[in-house]
Amino acid sequence: MKTKQKTKNQSAPEPLEKTATGIAGLDEITGGGLPKGRPTLICGTAGCGKTVLSMEFLVRGATEYNEPGVFMAFEETEGELAKNVASLGFDLERLASRKKLLLDFVRIERSEIEETGEYDLEGLFVRLSHAIDSIGAKRVVLDTIEVLFASLPNEAILRAELRRLFRWLKDKGVTAIITAERGRESFTRHGLEEYVADCVILLDHRVNEQISTRRLRVVKYRGSWHGTNEYPFLISDEGISVMPVTSMGLNHTASEQRVSSGVPQLDAMLGGKGYYRGSSVLTSGSAGTGKTSLAAAFVAAAAARGERCLYFAFEESVSQFMRNMRSIGLDLEPFVKSGLLQFHASRPNLFGLEMHLLTIQDLIRKWKPRNVVIDPVTNLINAGTATEVTLMLTRLIDQLKRQQITSLFTSLTAGDHGAEQSEVGMSSLMDTWLLLRNLESNGERNRALYVLKSRGMAHSNQIREFVLSSKGIQLVDVHIGDGKVLTGSARLAQEARTQSEAALQQQQRRRRQHELELERTAVEAQIATLQAGLAAKTEQCKLELDEEAMRYQSSAARESEIARNRMAQVKRVSDGRQKQRNNGSQ
Amino acid sequence: MLRLYVAGQTPKSLTAFANLKRICEEHLPGRYQIEVVDLLKNPMLAKGDQILAIPTLVRKLPEPMRKIIGDLSNTERVLVGLDVRPADGRERA
Repeated sequence: MKTKQKTKNQSAPEPLEKTATGIAGLDEITGGGLPKGRPTLICGTAGCGKTVLSMEFLVRGATEYNEPGVFMAFEETEGELAKNVASLGFDLERLASRKKLLLDFVRIERSEIEETGEYDLEGLFVRLSHAIDSIGAKRVVLDTIEVLFASLPNEAILRAELRRLFRWLKDKGVTAIITAERGRESFTRHGLEEYVADCVILLDHRVNEQISTRRLRVVKYRGSWHGTNEYPFLISDEGISVMPVTSMGLNHTASEQRVSSGVPQLDAMLGGKGYYRGSSVLTSGSAGTGKTSLAAAFVAAAAARGERCLYFAFEESVSQFMRNMRSIGLDLEPFVKSGLLQFHASRPNLFGLEMHLLTIQDLIRKWKPRNVVIDPVTNLINAGTATEVTLMLTRLIDQLKRQQITSLFTSLTAGDHGAEQSEVGMSSLMDTWLLLRNLESNGERNRALYVLKSRGMAHSNQIREFVLSSKGIQLVDVHIGDGKVLTGSARLAQEARTQSEAALQQQQRRRRQHELELERTAVEAQIATLQAGLAAKTEQCKLELDEEAMRYQSSAARESEIARNRMAQVKRVSDGRQKQRNNGSQ
Repeated sequence: MLRLYVAGQTPKSLTAFANLKRICEEHLPGRYQIEVVDLLKNPMLAKGDQILAIPTLVRKLPEPMRKIIGDLSNTERVLVGLDVRPADGRERA
C-alpha cells in the first residue's frame, strides 16, 4: 500500500489530487479537500459530528460536484439518517431517487450470530461494490465501521478484512470517509488509524464554562500541506462550517478611501476625514461613556451615504436601541425601513462564540454590508474565554478587511484605570482606537474622548469633551488650565469666567484709551497756551525793539536839529527837506 | 429451511456447503432444504438478510432468525446455532 503510493507520487510530481468536500472552511484547511481516491479517517467522541460531516461530504459531492456517493451506515437506519440530517437542509430521499446518493444500512446483531470456523467479509465487499457500481459513486462513507468489532468476535479476521477493505477502496478509486470512535489512548478505539494512513481528521466536542465548542483538527495528511491547528466548527442549519483562523495571511489591500465617523468634530480629529474604509475601529470605555452612541452615529452617517450597515447588538433590544438613539437626535428608523440598516440583537450567551461568529459571517456573506458594528464585543467574552474571543476577532477582522468592510467594535472596560492594558490583545487588531472615559471632578461626571491610535493618518492628540445632547454628539475643546482638565459645568464656568475677564479687559483698555485722549487734549491745549505766550512775548519784544530804534532815531534827529539850529544861518537851503524827513520817521 | 450465502466457489464456501450437508444428513434427515445464494450473481440479496460475512448460513424459520458464519467446521456450534441441540440441559427447560 505504501510503496504503491510512493511510486505514484514519484511518477506524478504534481501535487496530490484532492476531492473538494464542499464544506465551508474544511477545504481551506486541507488545502483543497480530502485526498482523492483514498480513504480518510474521521475520529471523535460520540456526538461530535462525525456522521454529519461525512454526510455533508456526500451531499455536497452529489449536489455541487456531481459525484454520487454511497453512505454505508452501521449505526442508524436509512430512515433515521434521512430524518436526522433533514434539519440541516439535506433532502436525502430526493438525492436517492435521482441516484445521486445511496444509503445502505448494515444491521448486525450479535445475538443472532453464531460463529464457527473460517469466514471473511466478502458479503460486505459485494454489497459495497454493488452499491458503488449501481450509481457510479465517487465518494463512499462507512459510518461507523467499528461497530463490527462489537458484533464479530474474531478480531483477527476482522482486522485482516478491514485492511483488505481499505486497500480495495483505494483500488476502486473512490474517495472514502471512515468514521471511528475516539479511543482513550489512540485516535480510534480499535486502532483503525493503522489502516487508514493518508488523512486523519480528529473531531472534538468540549464544554468550557458551560458552553460547548466543537473543534476539528487535521492530525495527518500524507503528501499535503494542511492547517495544523484546532479549528472550531459549527453545525448550523446549513451544515458544517469550519473556521480557519491562522491559515489566513495578512494580504488584504488597504483602502485610501475615508468614511465619516458621523461626528464632524471627530472626523476633524482623524486627519479631517474620518476612518479609513475597511479599517477596524475600536471604541472602548467604561459603562456609560457613550460607546453605543458613537457607533450609532457612525451607522447613521453610513446609512445616510446609502451604504448597507449591519448592527449586532448584544446589550439592547432593537426597539430600546432606537428609543435611546432618538434621545440623542439620531433617528435610525427610516434606515431600517429602507433596508439600509439591519439589526441583530441577541444575548451573547445564547450560543457559543463560534455560533456568534458564524452568524456574523453568514449574515455578512448573504447581505454584503459595507459597515459592521459589534456592540459590545466584550460581551462575547461571556460566551468564551478571552483567548477565544481574540482568536475569533482575528478571524472576523481578517474577513472584514478582505471584503473592505469598515467595522466598529465597542468594548466595555471595567474601570477608567487600566483600560489600556486590559485590551492589549484586542487593540493590536484595531486600526483606530478611540478611548472614551469618564472624568470625575467637582461632583460631576463628564465624558471625554481621545484618539489613542489611528494607523496611517495624522490624528489629534487632544482630549475632547464628548457631549451628548438631543441635538446629537458634540465634541468640545476642553479647558486646560492650572494643570487640570476642565469639563462639564467646570468648563462652562471657566468659559464664562474667561468671557467676563475678556470683557473687563476690553473695558479697561477702552478707558485707558479715553484717558490718553484726554491727556493729549490737555497737553495740546497747554502747548497752544505756551505757543500763544511765546507769540505774545515775541510781539512785545519786537515792539520794544522798534521803540528802541525809534527812540534812537528821534534822539539822533533831535541832536541834528540842535546842530541845525546851531548852524541855521549856514544851511538854510536844506531846511525844508530836513523837516520833511523828520515828519516821515515819526 | 436453510439458506447458505456464498460469494463464488471459494474453498471456504465449498467446505461450508459440504459441512452443512453432512450435519443436516446426520441430525435433520429429510427435514431440511438448502438454498445456496451466490452473492456474486445476486448482490442485491446481500442486503435482505444483512449478510456481511461469507459464508453465512441463515435459518429463517422457525423464528427467531439465526445466522451462523464461518465454514461450519464446528458441528457442535452449528447445532446450537440451529437450535437443533441444546447448549446444555438447563437452557431448554
